[in-house]
Amino acid sequence: MSFLQHDVPLSWYLLLSAVLFSLGVIGFLIKRNLITVFMSIELMLNAVNLSFVAFAYQWHEVRGQIFVFFVMMVAAAEAAVGLAIIIAVFRARSTLAVDRIDLMKL
Amino acid sequence: MNESAHLWLIPLLPFAGFLINGILGSRMPRRLVSTIGVLAPLVSLVLVLSDFGATVITAASSCPTCGQVTALALPSVETLPYPWLAIGALHVDFSLVLDQLSMVMLLVVTGVGFLIHVYSVGYMHDDPGYARYFSFLNLFLFFMTLLVLAGNILLMFVGWEGVGLASYLLIGFWFQRDSAASAGKKAFIVNRIGDFGFLIGIFLVLATFGSVNFTQIAVRLAINPTQQGGVLTVVCLCLLFGAAGKSAQLPLYVWLPDAMEGPTPVSALIHAATMVTAGVYMIVRTHLLFDRSPFALGVVAIIGAATALFAATIGLVQNDIKRVLAYSTISQLGYMFLACGVAAYSAAIFHLFTHAFFKGLLFLAAGSVIHALGGEQDLRKMGGLRKKLPVTFWTMTAAVFAIAGFFPFAGFFSKDAILYAAFLQGTGGKVLWFVGLVTALLTSLYMFRLWYLTFFGESRSPKAHPHESPWSMRAPMVILALLCVCGGWIGIDSFGAYLAPAAAAHRPMPSGDPGIEFILSIAAVLVALEGWLIADKYYRRKPKRPRQLAAALPTGYKLLANKYYVDEIYGAVIVKPLLSVSKYVLDWIVDGAILGGLAWLLAGAASFSGMILQRWQSGNLRSYAAWLTAAAAAVLLFMLVPLLLAANGVDIHWTGVLR
Repeated sequence: MSFLQHDVPLSWYLLLSAVLFSLGVIGFLIKRNLITVFMSIELMLNAVNLSFVAFAYQWHEVRGQIFVFFVMMVAAAEAAVGLAIIIAVFRARSTLAVDRIDLMKL
Repeated sequence: MNESAHLWLIPLLPFAGFLINGILGSRMPRRLVSTIGVLAPLVSLVLVLSDFGATVITAASSCPTCGQVTALALPSVETLPYPWLAIGALHVDFSLVLDQLSMVMLLVVTGVGFLIHVYSVGYMHDDPGYARYFSFLNLFLFFMTLLVLAGNILLMFVGWEGVGLASYLLIGFWFQRDSAASAGKKAFIVNRIGDFGFLIGIFLVLATFGSVNFTQIAVRLAINPTQQGGVLTVVCLCLLFGAAGKSAQLPLYVWLPDAMEGPTPVSALIHAATMVTAGVYMIVRTHLLFDRSPFALGVVAIIGAATALFAATIGLVQNDIKRVLAYSTISQLGYMFLACGVAAYSAAIFHLFTHAFFKGLLFLAAGSVIHALGGEQDLRKMGGLRKKLPVTFWTMTAAVFAIAGFFPFAGFFSKDAILYAAFLQGTGGKVLWFVGLVTALLTSLYMFRLWYLTFFGESRSPKAHPHESPWSMRAPMVILALLCVCGGWIGIDSFGAYLAPAAAAHRPMPSGDPGIEFILSIAAVLVALEGWLIADKYYRRKPKRPRQLAAALPTGYKLLANKYYVDEIYGAVIVKPLLSVSKYVLDWIVDGAILGGLAWLLAGAASFSGMILQRWQSGNLRSYAAWLTAAAAAVLLFMLVPLLLAANGVDIHWTGVLR
């Protein structure tokens, strides 16, 4: 109980959020599979959500939590559209490797 | 009461003819084309005549029966209700002014114009460009009447440019011939040089008087009765330059002889009777300015006299019948300038008036001869045509006697008036008079030479079967011949009195002496007779003498036959340097090296940077992701750095956004 009574400091949440965000960025940059890249983006979004919630709790502000709902909603829509695109790409090219999807190259 | 003179209809009717014949002419039957082409100037002529009648009635309005007839007081002004230009203080209207001066000019332009249209029906009857010819001729009449009627210099300039255009189109009418096309270009370019002077003159008038309206200018001049010389001299010299271009005076006369490449009726109408006299008309129209500048008047007189003598000497040895007449035209225009230069404006207009008749007729008769000989223009291949072309012979004889100045033909009266006016102008005037007298001798000589070579002796081209021209050509010639005989009987006194409200000199004129005038006119007739006798001796009784004379004086003959090498001198001094500057400096250096190099540099820079930047667009999703991240990091840094610095006590007021 003592653990619960003593608030976790804000900085810890922020640190966790930063770590998650950096993992997302790294995955976004280095992974070859399109689905993994996509998941990395989700990770970044959720890292930001975490810091929103933490700030909202710290400052007793409801706006941060509302913003999280917006982000989740956009993420859901993005997942729907993004997965549809990924399926279409796979059907057309039989691959999901990002360095092979280069039709726009000159 | 001032009844409408229908001034706008006078130019607009030929314009309508131009549009109809120009657009539909090639699909219409010839008879319709000629009907429209001739009707337009005829209706204009009738309008002018009715206006003239109305003014004469006004002048003699004491008669009781004139009450019902509409009278017209001069000057009659018609202005369109909306302005042409309204820029700040500058206000220019479309205004036409009919005064005594424009009335005389209109009578000449529409009268001679109509006759020459009729003549053209016969002369051009089997030309494939028949409709085009008549539309151009009507266009010319439109611009010429506009020029004459214009109430301000700017509108006059529109007509001025327009007649230049019509002249260009008609000189180059047979554009398939190289010489005709380049003669058209030459006329246009030389006229442009003169127009440059005219334009500068207009701007100076605008700057000096704040208006281009002739009436306004007269008012401003009247306010300053002592204003003389200075800027007025410059204005007058600029205007004179323009007039010299249009009226083929020294040093811009070179286009007129080449303009003879056009059809002969065109030479008669544009390059003898009307357009080339526009310069004289312009000087008389702006004579209030010239009156205030004795220096400019002196220049006008000297240019006129020099041109008269110069062109007459060249005319002596030309062998092309039309070129003789062309140099004669230049010479006669010189007389008119001489008259303007001694402020005898009504004498200048009088000579313009009679010259339109006899020179128009000379060209028409020459055209008839050329027509009869199937296009032959060389005097050396004519001869003996007196019996075969009787109408042409007799009408041309009237014209020759008129231009030579025999009493009582038209030329005698006008030439006499000019010489007398020059004689009265002090010592300088005596010199001008003497030059005029020598020119009169030469005129008589070359005209009778032409007369003898064409109509007398044996035929020098026995194969030709000359035939008299159709009635449509003979009728205008006969009418003009009557005018050549009677046109001068008006006399300079009543002519000058009629013109006085519009063209009387506003400067002290020396008083005349009827005795001197009588002696001078006797001298002029004797000189003309002398010219006739010399021509008779050389070209009828001893036809071998001219060649012996030419052989005896090879330098002089060559100089004259090659027209003093003026074309060659202009070519070497002006045209060639201009061409080489254009080619080497403008084309090679400016256009090729500087402009071309600059354009090449710009294009090269663009494509080079594109070549580098296109590597950025790899098409690789990962590289895009990397750039995206890098940019996001950069933005983050940009926002963080001031915060960190602020935290360390460095105060930066970067932007209002970040705090």
